[in-house]
Amino acid sequence: MLLATGYFNLESLWFLLIAVLWMGYFVLEGFDFGVGILYPFLGHDDAERRALLGTIQPVWDGYEVWLLVAGGATFAAFPGWYASLFSGFYLALFLILLSLIVRGVAIEYRNKHSGEHWRRRWDVLLPVASALTAFLWGVAFANIVHGIPLNARGEYTGDLGTLLNGYAILGGLTVLAAVTLHGALFLAVRTRGGLEERARTAALRLWFPAAVLLIAFLGWSMYDAAATSPRRIAVVVLAGMTVLAAAAALPLAWRRLTGWAFTATSVAILLFVATLFLWLYPRVLVSSTPGVPSLTIFTTASNHYSLVAMTIVAVLFLPVVLAYQAWAIWVFRARLGREDYAHPPNPLDLLGRTPLGRKAEPEG
Amino acid sequence: MAFIASTALNLARWQFAVTTIYHFLFVPVTIGMAWFVAGMQTLWHISGKERYLRMTRFFGKLFLINFALGVVTGIVQEFQFGMNWSAYSRYVGDVFGAPLAIEGLAAFFLESTFLGLWIFGWDRLRRGVHLAMIWLVAIGTTASAYFILAANSWMQHPVGYRKVGNHAELVSLEQVFFQSLQLTHFFHTIGASLLTAGFLVLAVSAYWLRRGRDLELFRGAARGALMVILAASVVVIIVGHFQAQILTREQPMKMAAAEALYTTSRPAPLSLFAVGPWARHPSRTNVDIVIPHGLSLLATSSWNGKVEGIDQIQAAYRAKYGPGEYTPIIGTVYWTWRIMVGIGFLALLISVVGLWLTRGGRGLERSWRFTRWTYAFLALPFLANTAGWLFTEMGRQPWIVQGLLLTRNAVTPTNSVAAVGITLGGFAAIYAVLAGVEAWLIVRAVKAGPEEDYGFEIPEDAALPPLVY
Repeated sequence: MLLATGYFNLESLWFLLIAVLWMGYFVLEGFDFGVGILYPFLGHDDAERRALLGTIQPVWDGYEVWLLVAGGATFAAFPGWYASLFSGFYLALFLILLSLIVRGVAIEYRNKHSGEHWRRRWDVLLPVASALTAFLWGVAFANIVHGIPLNARGEYTGDLGTLLNGYAILGGLTVLAAVTLHGALFLAVRTRGGLEERARTAALRLWFPAAVLLIAFLGWSMYDAAATSPRRIAVVVLAGMTVLAAAAALPLAWRRLTGWAFTATSVAILLFVATLFLWLYPRVLVSSTPGVPSLTIFTTASNHYSLVAMTIVAVLFLPVVLAYQAWAIWVFRARLGREDYAHPPNPLDLLGRTPLGRKAEPEG
Repeated sequence: MAFIASTALNLARWQFAVTTIYHFLFVPVTIGMAWFVAGMQTLWHISGKERYLRMTRFFGKLFLINFALGVVTGIVQEFQFGMNWSAYSRYVGDVFGAPLAIEGLAAFFLESTFLGLWIFGWDRLRRGVHLAMIWLVAIGTTASAYFILAANSWMQHPVGYRKVGNHAELVSLEQVFFQSLQLTHFFHTIGASLLTAGFLVLAVSAYWLRRGRDLELFRGAARGALMVILAASVVVIIVGHFQAQILTREQPMKMAAAEALYTTSRPAPLSLFAVGPWARHPSRTNVDIVIPHGLSLLATSSWNGKVEGIDQIQAAYRAKYGPGEYTPIIGTVYWTWRIMVGIGFLALLISVVGLWLTRGGRGLERSWRFTRWTYAFLALPFLANTAGWLFTEMGRQPWIVQGLLLTRNAVTPTNSVAAVGITLGGFAAIYAVLAGVEAWLIVRAVKAGPEEDYGFEIPEDAALPPLVY
């Protein structure tokens, strides 16, 4: 039915699905990045730092899978896009991979040994790796939409330096500031006591630089999009909504409605990714070389059978994944505080900690 | 120019070998240990005996330390196809991308989400629900093996596709997922994973048995590990036998190289020990000790069955694919095959000896020599896993996809030697550091031993502390 109208095709559906996967990645892993950047600064001693990290430790790995699935889906649905993008952004992706490795190991290994030097080292590596990953993703996406030099076979002809242009660096800084703010608000929702207060204050302070960067980056983007995007009005509207959602975070956080402020930054990140993907559509890599066409979903897609098979699999699994990831958020809803980590766990706690669920009281 | 291109190609191949072998040090431990820990926790759930709880939590910690490295090195694997092998990705993406995407969607989400729930859910979830978490992790890790092995089986024996212009298109996902090679590939790998985890549990248990601590706990763990090793080695050997028969049909060159069989023979002898001239593609063997009829019997299940030789296959491939060298490096394929098979049988022998030593409730610590040897045995499964993959991947050369695409035509054409060199050096360096860090953490966790005896009955609704603080 939809196919017959001509407004719907599998290529567009998969472009949409990949956009959704990136939205999920940036909203969820976005606050992981923010927590990773902020925890050594907001936590004044080891117990506080563990409480802050404890907000993401049970869930971060599940969020990183959004990236893996986005990558896998791109490979499966648009091999030409995957091949050009991953080989083109070679050294940038190498740096992203190194930071992702360091980040993952830091989150998992930091608390497995209590030595002071050991923890201090991870407390430096984790923020640096988190910040670098967020920044580099911003750089990568800015380049995808802004255009990169391609040859006739769709292969990238620049180098790492070409990717680090002014616009892309602005994009990187915007993403970095946005996820830091997002992470601060997440911590304000997931912690209590002094930590909650400090996280909220940090969010209020971070809001202004994040807003300036976001407006500057989206302004530059819209100036660009007005000339290059096939659907400039819709793109500009989405960008405007992004700014509004981000703006709403400040008054909400100010009035201590941190849950709503966090919702606002989540929506803003979602809309931000949506803006970039809508601007891009139906292209997947914009060519800045005169005479060389951009790569589009139609020139890079897999065959029809592949897309149909993948669609069935996605329809079966994605709702289930969303359901159990939502359940995991529910299970770990309790706010964490310094006192939860101040004393090492003792088997005798068992006697004082029954019945089950008493500790898991929601909403402090 | 040709030299530089071939250097970039070689560096990309080295990078794939280094990152994959490294990744696969952790993967079998993850898969195998997930089943072990799930089994231990189930024993606690059923029996209510505290030692099973302490066993679960002790081995669970080792499992977690290992899991982290499997995860972070896995991301490199997925990105690497696009980064270093973009021509390959373009050529086979329609077929090869699907299992990778499904692996993420159906398996990685499952294992990562439920592992978080398992580690940190001890005081948040009801006991039965919490037990289900580790089973879901085990299912997730095993499912991920299934999908990625389907992709690899397709590289060994492409099915369910058609060639359109300069790329392959998927026509049947069922064939990709259920071809006979894939089914043997999967059970062989899962068997090897359980074997690997079995040797780890055995060595760790032996360490504490020798120190006389928690005898009851570690006797049980050691005995269980030995039974798993026995079962897993039998599975690996039997499945491996049928897998080799399938390979003889589907990748005759690989199996001919594995046996250093140069001329098509009827009957074909089984080579036990062969040495050839020191060359990349020696055209004969100098020494070859054989069992007459052996290979015919194994490969074709008949006394006088015909087995094709390297020279005839090479001639046939030349006629079919054009001039070129279609033999892999014989010496590597021959010896990696023997290392893998040899360790498989050695594992079987070790498990039988170990089970004999522990018969009728005897403690393994009674054999001071055997318990000490378990530390050395721990190297065996890792050697066998690595040899197995080297055999599988190098035996397919010069093809990246058997009969369809040559490795040298699959590499990213635009990558400079410097770029690939930098990434290879970078990954090798960080992997080396992480190997040290992980080994240190594991040894520390082993030496710390299980948690203290609780010394009282654990209430049914008690909130146990999470595994990591």
